[in-house]
Amino acid sequence: MSTPKPRVKLPKSAAKDEIITIKTLISHDMESGQRKDKDGNAIPRKILNTFTCEFNGQAVFSCNMEPAISANPYFEFNARVPESGTFKFSWVDDDGTVITHEQDIEVK
Amino acid sequence: MKTRLTIISLAGGIALGCFAGLAHADPVDDTLEIDGQPMITRAPAPEGHPFDEVLSGWLFREAETRAVEADSFQNPGMLEVERAAEIWSTPEGTAGKSCETCHGDVSESMKGVGAHYPKWDKDANRPINIELQIDKCRTEQMGAEPYKFDAKDQKAMTALIKNQSLGEPMSVDLSQGDMQSWWDRGKDTYYTRTGQLNLSCSNCHEDSMGNMIRADHLSQGQVNGFPTYRLKQSALVSLHNRFRGCIRDTRAEFPKAFSDELMALEVYVTWRGTGLSVETPAVRQ
Repeated sequence: MSTPKPRVKLPKSAAKDEIITIKTLISHDMESGQRKDKDGNAIPRKILNTFTCEFNGQAVFSCNMEPAISANPYFEFNARVPESGTFKFSWVDDDGTVITHEQDIEVK
Repeated sequence: MKTRLTIISLAGGIALGCFAGLAHADPVDDTLEIDGQPMITRAPAPEGHPFDEVLSGWLFREAETRAVEADSFQNPGMLEVERAAEIWSTPEGTAGKSCETCHGDVSESMKGVGAHYPKWDKDANRPINIELQIDKCRTEQMGAEPYKFDAKDQKAMTALIKNQSLGEPMSVDLSQGDMQSWWDRGKDTYYTRTGQLNLSCSNCHEDSMGNMIRADHLSQGQVNGFPTYRLKQSALVSLHNRFRGCIRDTRAEFPKAFSDELMALEVYVTWRGTGLSVETPAVRQ
């Protein structure tokens, strides 16, 4: 499969302490390990197993993902923004790859 | 094991549901806006159409599914559209050309194009759809191999091109070439019962439109959202794949993709959705 590509949607700016909505979507097959190929061999599990979101180094949201989660996982959550800074998102693949994405927000 | 049994009984239920205990459920009274852009999901039917009004399949889906389509960010089909935008500008084949070399910016050159296929192709002396038009460009202009049917890139590129017509009402020009006779042939196919279950397209999508087959809400079988992101497959599903799937479900042998039979059906079924907005990539169950 092609390299997973993250998409993140959050406002470019916010008022101090405003609660914003963050949406993330990433392309990934989330191969569960339960399926078999045409020859009957089990297809090994390969999923994104962890998702984290940090703001200026501080954890905002994180979760573990399990094989039952469907392809292209989507998360939507809220966060309070106390100051200007950077949201850092990371997804950890079973093979150890970490896919990261950063996006800035300005507090007006 | 229990899960597997349930799946098998569901598959059986598709057949049984046609004959036993049909429940009626109306399409929802809702309007679709994708990122604020209004879509035509109800349109007056063209002359000679069995319905008064043509309805998008979006109206027949659950609220959650409808909501995913209404926000292009949430729509996983858009991931493929974005990926295809990269393919668009990547040179391929012996001529060293990309789509962009000839067509420039996809959002300008392909605007409104996908809403009016299939089109008559003089060289092939038959109608062609977007997939075959892409292949034609690849073989004749780029010196590249045509895509294999349902290759991931074929579905993505088709979705990219149709997505440039998002919101545009679909129509086919039946005055081109011999289109009318292909329309006639497609109509024949639509009303011909096939398979061990002896079902035609019209049995479900016309006679039983709005009814439930078990958990599935039968729509008019419109094609305005193809390639469609189907949650069941977690992937884009092409129109000819869906045609074949439906025919397979009647337990018939199914024709090859892009065969004369299915191309005629595409011409006819596209006409049946005249006036509906292109929703590609639509999100369905």
